[in-house]
Amino acid sequence: MGRQPSAEAVIETRGLSKTYRGGRPAVDGLDLSVPRGSVFGFLGPNGSGKTTTIRMLLGLIDATGGSARLLGEPMPRAAGRVLPRVGALIEGPALYGFLSGRGNLRRYDAADPTADPRTRDARVEAALERVGLSAAAGKKAKAYSLGMKQRLGIAAALLQPRELLVLDEPTNGLDPQGMREIRSLVRALAQDGTTVFLSSHLLDEIEQVCSHTAVMNRGRLVTQGTVAEMSAGARGRLSVTTPDGADAMRVLKGHGLSDLATAESPEGQTVTGELPGPGEPPGGPPPDLADLNAALVRAGVRVRAFGVTRASLEDVFVSLTGEGFDVAG
Amino acid sequence: MSRAELAGQDGRFAAGADGTNPGGAGAAAGGRPSARRVWPLFRSEVLMTFRRWRTLALLGVLAAVPVLVGIAVRIETGGADDGGGGGGGPAFISQITNNGLFLVFTSLAVTLPFFLPMTVGVVAGDSVAGEAGAGTLRYLLVAPAGRTRLLLVKFAGTMVFCLAATLVVAVFALGTGVLLFPVGEVTLLSGTTVPFSDGLLRALAIAVAVALSLTGLAALGLFVSTLTNSGIAAMATTVGLLLTVQIVDTVPQLHAVHPYLFTHYWLSFADLLRAPVYWEELLRNAGVQALYAAVFGSAAWARFTTRDITA
Ligand SMILES: Nc1ncnc2c1ncn2[C@@H]1O[C@H](COP(=O)(O)OP(=O)(O)OP(=O)(O)O)[C@@H](O)[C@H]1O
Ligand SMILES: [Mg+2]
Repeated sequence: MGRQPSAEAVIETRGLSKTYRGGRPAVDGLDLSVPRGSVFGFLGPNGSGKTTTIRMLLGLIDATGGSARLLGEPMPRAAGRVLPRVGALIEGPALYGFLSGRGNLRRYDAADPTADPRTRDARVEAALERVGLSAAAGKKAKAYSLGMKQRLGIAAALLQPRELLVLDEPTNGLDPQGMREIRSLVRALAQDGTTVFLSSHLLDEIEQVCSHTAVMNRGRLVTQGTVAEMSAGARGRLSVTTPDGADAMRVLKGHGLSDLATAESPEGQTVTGELPGPGEPPGGPPPDLADLNAALVRAGVRVRAFGVTRASLEDVFVSLTGEGFDVAG
Repeated sequence: MSRAELAGQDGRFAAGADGTNPGGAGAAAGGRPSARRVWPLFRSEVLMTFRRWRTLALLGVLAAVPVLVGIAVRIETGGADDGGGGGGGPAFISQITNNGLFLVFTSLAVTLPFFLPMTVGVVAGDSVAGEAGAGTLRYLLVAPAGRTRLLLVKFAGTMVFCLAATLVVAVFALGTGVLLFPVGEVTLLSGTTVPFSDGLLRALAIAVAVALSLTGLAALGLFVSTLTNSGIAAMATTVGLLLTVQIVDTVPQLHAVHPYLFTHYWLSFADLLRAPVYWEELLRNAGVQALYAAVFGSAAWARFTTRDITA
């Protein structure tokens, strides 16, 4: 088939929108671009439209606006050509309880018209092996635990070599070993050149495996970029432990730190504050940590501990999507 | 957003997105012949249907009917070959004591109004809705099974079940008939006598005719099945529609609609027991079944290929 040279973006959406009947937009004007070869973390609070986006990308539901391209081809029109090269886990696994784990994989493989029936058994065994289910493969799926079901769902996405894996909360219900295995599986797949698009609430997990990320909130894209950019964008917090809290506060304030706070600690007081970002104050260079420390000492502050904690992706996430616990209605 | 973009989205399945739509724009893009691509899924569908405990239970009930009828007739007549009792009861029942083969015809006549179609209603109603409810539908579609292909496979699978269910009744009836009653030359409804082998062939033809009689119901059930995510609701609705149609068919005041009811010519299979075969009602039955298959098959396709899969 005359396929164009692989486009840079494996997932590309333009103004993609979905409004379910009689509701506010679940996805609203989404412009997403997932580069080939990336491990892309798709983040957002509950109900922010991640699963809705994934369903549109895979042609399960119709967009009410905008367009989506998967592996360079328009979806859902090219579904028959594109989807055999895409493995997916959508909102958890779904299995035939009366079939064995192996039987489930055979069934899903039979549904793929491009899958070769002669290699089916071998591919099913390989997929089971890959998720550590070989020993339980003969058991009826209704007797599987949550994590076993999740593993089987991932195995179904791995029945063929894929160019793109779309994993909606892949580690849901997995034990710590399972999570680690999935993480290393994702890394291995990415090394083989598979692009992995995964949604998750576990931010440290995203931070560990993802190269790129995007954050959704209330159906809109809040930000997208590399994980490094996102963490770098977040300013670090300086923390100083000293018996002379008040003096430390004054000195730090003088050097442009904001959001200062003091807390009692066994060694005296711990003063924390947000470091100024690059270009703050306007014109001046960002303060050197060594200079800050020297300034404290010069002012007679007895410094017992001095350090910077980088903001985690979680802090960035919360700052982008808000502290509120309630799901947007 | 422009109209052209909208049209592009709407055209997704109409253009044979999965390459199974012969002649469609997508067929050229898909490239490969569709028969080879349908077969593995069809095979998996049939294997899965008959591996289910539920299917086996339904077939078990169907198998029990001819056995019970046979035993009842045997007890009733005390095994004495008295040429059959009075006229009452289901069709052909009085002939069973003369010829066990007639148990086949009696059993089909007994199961056809409700038992047999009810099992078909269960299988057809559950076909798509059950997968939707379990969530497996979304994985079949991203495999990608293709919506048109999946619907065809579901319909074909239901028809295989129709044939299997009918054959189960016929085979158990034949077995019981041979065990409990004498068999031999068959006296047809038209009075002619034909050899037992001819009778057997006619029994087989009747089983096939009965299975084909269920086509309309299968299409109706498939359509209902595309409307909901609940297998139970789809089964109940299909069986409910069957009962309603059967009742309407017995109300004389509604005779104007009777020829269009999918149940109306079901008992026409008896005409295969004449020499020469009396074709008129058999053909009408075939026509009605084809009509239902076309109407509800298209409706199911229109619904299923445009529907949001949110389960
Ligand atoms: N089938 C549906 N019908 C109507 N509204 C829906 C449907 N599915 C989702 N929604 C709405 O769309 C919005 C986005 O839901 P979606 O499932 O995409 O969120 P999500 O980001 O995947 O959330 P979570 O993290 O909880 O999985 C929500 O407001 C939800 O109520
Ligand atoms: Mg979700």
